[in-house]
Amino acid sequence: MSSTFDTVANIISETCDIEREKITPESHAIDDLGIDSLDFLDIAFAIDKAFGIKLPLEQWTQEVNDGKASTEQYFVLKNLTARIDELIAAKSAPA
Amino acid sequence: MRLEYFLLIDRIAELRLDERTIRADATVPDTSTIFEGHFPGYPLMPGVLLIETMNQASGWLLIALTKFTRMPFFAAVKEAKLRSFVTHGQKLSVSASMKHEGSGYAMTSAEIRHDGKVVCNADLTFRMVEFPSPDFRASMEKVAAEIQFPMEALGHG
Repeated sequence: MSSTFDTVANIISETCDIEREKITPESHAIDDLGIDSLDFLDIAFAIDKAFGIKLPLEQWTQEVNDGKASTEQYFVLKNLTARIDELIAAKSAPA
Repeated sequence: MRLEYFLLIDRIAELRLDERTIRADATVPDTSTIFEGHFPGYPLMPGVLLIETMNQASGWLLIALTKFTRMPFFAAVKEAKLRSFVTHGQKLSVSASMKHEGSGYAMTSAEIRHDGKVVCNADLTFRMVEFPSPDFRASMEKVAAEIQFPMEALGHG
């Protein structure tokens, strides 16, 4: 499994006191793991710090609220991990 | 401080946009109905109001950094430590610094000092949202003027 996923899973486990074994790439952070929006801020903070990125939570929330995206696209962990990898790649890409 | 109106900052003393810090003055009133119950004959500033005081200083910092385009709403407090009693008439210095600016949220570290000594500190989280209405923003601008919020500094951030 990717190191990005392991880092994210460990962050979720520690931040929300969820057993690490219960966190899989298929887990939906909200529907399966029961993480609410406030707890997700702590997770976002830890992810931002760990990877040196800024998760675009406002944009994601707006897209979901507008019906332009599903929560699965951002909050199923394999998808979240892919988004993080994209942000990391964009950060290191030449301007 | 106007405790009954929840206006806990008297004056913005220093705003440093480059360092993302703020310092404010706040004097605990000599009398307040709050002290009649907390506690009779032994007036103590309630800890929750000290935390709110740190919230408000942090909030003004965040409003400044977002150039009055976002309203911070208190979401979480961590590591709050109430280190000394605070009582009526005391002059407090409230300071806050940006700890992390996320997307739609922000985290600050704040503390209150009295006579140079830290009396409380906390790490605070805010949701950053658009002002709910023009009237809401106007009411905040009115408070900003009352506490000498340096509106002119925002143009140079």
